[in-house]
Amino acid sequence: MKPALPITLLVLVLGAAAPWLISAYELSLLGRFLAFSLVALGIMLTWGEGGILSLGQGVFFGLGGYALAMHLKLEGLDIANGDMPDFMTWSGVSALPTLWRFFVNPWLSLVYVVLVPGLFAAFFGWLVFRRRIGGVYFALITQALALAFATLLVSQQALTGGFNGLTNFSTFAGYDITSQGAARVIYLITFMLVVAAYFALRWLLATRFGTMLRATRDGENRIRFLGHNPLPYKVVAFTIAGSLSGIGGALFTLHAGVISPALVGVVPSIEMVVWVAVGGRGVLWGAIAGTLLVNFAKDEISSALPSLWLYALGALFVLVVSFLPGGIAGMFSNPRLPPRLLRRRQEVVE
Amino acid sequence: MSPLLALENVTVDFDGFKALTDVSLTLEANALRILIGPNGAGKSTLCDTIIGRVRPTAGRILFKGEAITALPEQEIVKRGICRKFQTPGILPSLSVMENLLVSGRKNRAWWRAFTTATPAQEMARAEEILETIGLQDRRDVPAASLAHGEKQWLEIGMVVATDADLLLLDEPTAGMGPQDTQRTAELILSLIGRHAVLVIDHDMSFVEALNGFTTVLHQGQILKEGSVAEIRADAAVEAVYLGRAKDEVA
Repeated sequence: MKPALPITLLVLVLGAAAPWLISAYELSLLGRFLAFSLVALGIMLTWGEGGILSLGQGVFFGLGGYALAMHLKLEGLDIANGDMPDFMTWSGVSALPTLWRFFVNPWLSLVYVVLVPGLFAAFFGWLVFRRRIGGVYFALITQALALAFATLLVSQQALTGGFNGLTNFSTFAGYDITSQGAARVIYLITFMLVVAAYFALRWLLATRFGTMLRATRDGENRIRFLGHNPLPYKVVAFTIAGSLSGIGGALFTLHAGVISPALVGVVPSIEMVVWVAVGGRGVLWGAIAGTLLVNFAKDEISSALPSLWLYALGALFVLVVSFLPGGIAGMFSNPRLPPRLLRRRQEVVE
Repeated sequence: MSPLLALENVTVDFDGFKALTDVSLTLEANALRILIGPNGAGKSTLCDTIIGRVRPTAGRILFKGEAITALPEQEIVKRGICRKFQTPGILPSLSVMENLLVSGRKNRAWWRAFTTATPAQEMARAEEILETIGLQDRRDVPAASLAHGEKQWLEIGMVVATDADLLLLDEPTAGMGPQDTQRTAELILSLIGRHAVLVIDHDMSFVEALNGFTTVLHQGQILKEGSVAEIRADAAVEAVYLGRAKDEVA
């Protein structure tokens, strides 16, 4: 279901005007959550449309976040004279590691934000889907990947900043990114990218590619016996989701001023799936709505009772899965609901 | 000219259990062949062997004069054999029309899929098939919401849409009432001339409605071949199959 035109326009106008409507603190939250919603849109594509449940989207989020953060750490440093990011000096590193030299150029770093997670997702997806691994096995493998990634980041203190991650950024390409005005610009960039991603995915799902992706979800073997190869559709969807997560991670890093292993590991990766489950995995806008709702709720609950949030998250997930399989979006009339829900609704009517 | 499909002394051995023993069978282009036999006679195994899901232990399968016995499944599909499975293998969340379009897609390259346009020719063909299977009224509903019989017809339509030269229909009337069975027979008869069709079933009223050349399988071997009337009159067939079927009904 696509939202009606007036509603779409209203959301667009409100979103674009937000920097002048809400407080700086609220804007910073909204910006972060919109960055998250790029991840959610990716999950919507792979899980909702492709039936591929990944519990490791934090990895791609982290790759994008770290790609940008590594550059931000190098801004303003005199690299030719042996300057190094602060944490490296503390860790006793004597020369800038080769890996970091790729991130000296700001614009190339932006390319990496899209390319590194995308290429990694493509390679990983191809490797796994080619062996016809799917369903719960795929979910488990991706969860293991998230665990391994976070562990690796923590263990390579001198290269990644370890447990504390990367923080203390000041400029990007010479522009101050800490001022009030910069926060608005970063918000508007985030908002535009979310809008662009939303419309691009809406188009993609309307193409033959979208049909083939759904066909693959419905009956991978069936379409194989119709002479189609399902592999490229799954790999491409997973790649797009990976790149979207990477962009989300980079934007989050800009908004929050930090990226660390705690933001990319197993728990965050599962939370990402919960956003989409709550929003409704049958519709694109549901992914964005779910992300905003769950995260604002998280902000409220964890500032009131910090220890309560994980229980609230778990309860929310159980409730949605048992009583609202179509998520928030599913409460509105939706022709693409999973048949199970349709049946249940018909029974209620009878 | 060589026949479209030829099985030459095909034997399938599942770890000592002979599902098929020395089965030879030929099918001409655009012809109909019915395969019947009691449960466990090897009908579905025969189908699986033709499409490459099961490999014969001995013997070979020729399609259009070329051996396909060792080819991978996708390659066999590409050569022009398409199979309808026993349980309806439709794509439930796609609309009826989308099911037919996915099946009838000519250019299968994934990088050509980033478009909303459908070639007019493929669209016209899908509409034509939609009419053949009698689901015009259901064109845009999700396939999941079709009635059981309609799902079977849709899958026949999907197999037809691939434009394969040989269609294997495994129990197309499973779970159907007499009226739907009759309609299915008419549908299949309308396909002959454009495709060769191999129908597997054990519903005698359906087989009689098709009234084509019939092969009876029993314990993995060919028991008898002939017209439906000849099969009906054969004492051996009566003993192992028809008679027992009658008992089951009674």
